[in-house]
Amino acid sequence: MRVDLGEILSHVERISELDLSEVAPTAHVVPLSNVLRADVPRPSEARDEMLAAAPDPVEGAFRVPSTQAEA
Amino acid sequence: MPELEAVIGLEIHVQLATKTKMFCGCELSFGDEPNVHTCPICLAHPGVLPVPNEQAIFYALQIGLALGCEIAPRSIFHRKNYFYPDSPKAYQISQYDIPICGAGRLGDIRIHRAHLEEDAAKTIHMGGSGRIHGSEASLVDFNRGGTPLVEIVTEPDLRGAAEAAEWARLLRETVRQLGVSDVNMEEGSLRVDANVSVRPAGSTELGTKTELKNMNSFRFLQRGIEAELARQRELIEAGGKVTQETLHFDPASGTLTPLRSKEEAHDYRYFPEPDLVPLAPTEQMLREARESLPELPAARIERYEEMGVPHDVALTLATDPRTAGYFENVVEAAEGIEPRVLANWVTGELAAALRQAEVEGGAADSRVSPPSLAALVRLVQEKKISHGSAKTVLAAMVVEGGDPANIVEREGLAQMSDSGELEAIVEKAMADNPDAVEKIREGNGKAIGAIVGAVMRETKGRADGGEVNRLIQEKL
Repeated sequence: MRVDLGEILSHVERISELDLSEVAPTAHVVPLSNVLRADVPRPSEARDEMLAAAPDPVEGAFRVPSTQAEA
Repeated sequence: MPELEAVIGLEIHVQLATKTKMFCGCELSFGDEPNVHTCPICLAHPGVLPVPNEQAIFYALQIGLALGCEIAPRSIFHRKNYFYPDSPKAYQISQYDIPICGAGRLGDIRIHRAHLEEDAAKTIHMGGSGRIHGSEASLVDFNRGGTPLVEIVTEPDLRGAAEAAEWARLLRETVRQLGVSDVNMEEGSLRVDANVSVRPAGSTELGTKTELKNMNSFRFLQRGIEAELARQRELIEAGGKVTQETLHFDPASGTLTPLRSKEEAHDYRYFPEPDLVPLAPTEQMLREARESLPELPAARIERYEEMGVPHDVALTLATDPRTAGYFENVVEAAEGIEPRVLANWVTGELAAALRQAEVEGGAADSRVSPPSLAALVRLVQEKKISHGSAKTVLAAMVVEGGDPANIVEREGLAQMSDSGELEAIVEKAMADNPDAVEKIREGNGKAIGAIVGAVMRETKGRADGGEVNRLIQEKL
């Protein structure tokens, strides 16, 4: 892992040798656009199953510490 | 101190009326049991991949085109990071520096941008005394989480609370007629926030703004802005400074309370959403969106005004496309009659007759066909029936439909064409009301009403008011 990380960092250092002032920032490297899905409903998961992962469910909802206390 | 001018910009969140959420196939509905429309994607389980809803993209394009926005040839999604239980990912997928819709305009107000994002979940605050402050726990319902939203941001071009509310109404009507949203402010499918500041009149610099939230009707929007403008003016005139903050409007008391200090944009640590590839609307997508646009209120108002219809009547018609379509059919059937006159019949007498008869629905759904209303107006214009009789005929038409000429004949409402007969009735009415005649002679013009009234009673409204007036003057 340490070796891998070292290699990655030295690779990034090599990039910084280049003059990139003319290159626009890249948000995506995959040459794809408009990957969309049709507006067709798909069954949702069972609520009990979704709530099973929550620490403190109550009345079908996720109970959390008051969202106002920290304000 | 110079007068302080109001500077207002609006941010409008529009929930799109798609069948499913923005990035997953969970169904959208309002008022269901909590958390029945959830899945690993909208609950942000590890390893899931969001995929944008193509209908939401289409609706966003329609909104952008309707507002005359420049559509970005390529736009990307960003992660807006914040920590709050209504966002299970701890970020909201939104758009940042390259929104799908750029600068545009609606009426006199410039649109800064419009972008796509997802709605947060609904949190319900429990315990404590107040509705929000002093809560002990919060319940989170993710049914709403992930609903497609378009956020429309105006330039700070509005100069008053009433102007802001009126413009917001025009925007809602525009979005409603696009058919892309329910635009129900009470249910939250249209939410309007206002950025409010003041500055010395004539200045071009912007003062420190506050953001007003939770104004779930246009009336509250106006009242909230009015209250905040008054507060800021008072503060500055007393030598104080406005603090940038978010204020929560309480409709019951009409007061504004600070909600939380406003985060600066960089606090959200925006970065490109790596799970979503760019949106690049194709020619076909743009063409389909453009071709699907109906004629929108602003354009309709302008067209009707060019036809000679007064602004307020044009506005009434533009906010009701079905009645507007009806009006246009009446215009077509009533060749030669001014559209202004016909518009008044549609929005005035006919609307009143429908209300009177408690008929559900508007003119377009009524038993009064456009050609028959046109025929009725023509009877009045040609002085075959009086305006008063026309109302009687119309009252019958909204109930039974049919041809006005038949109703006129059946009810014996044809205007008295034999002026000899009318003359005799006028003479009698004058003889019966010598006091009124005396008053008119003394210069009291209003006294003529008593005589006209007597003639109308005698003729059951069949006399032409203008002709009766003429005869009375002649005989004085």
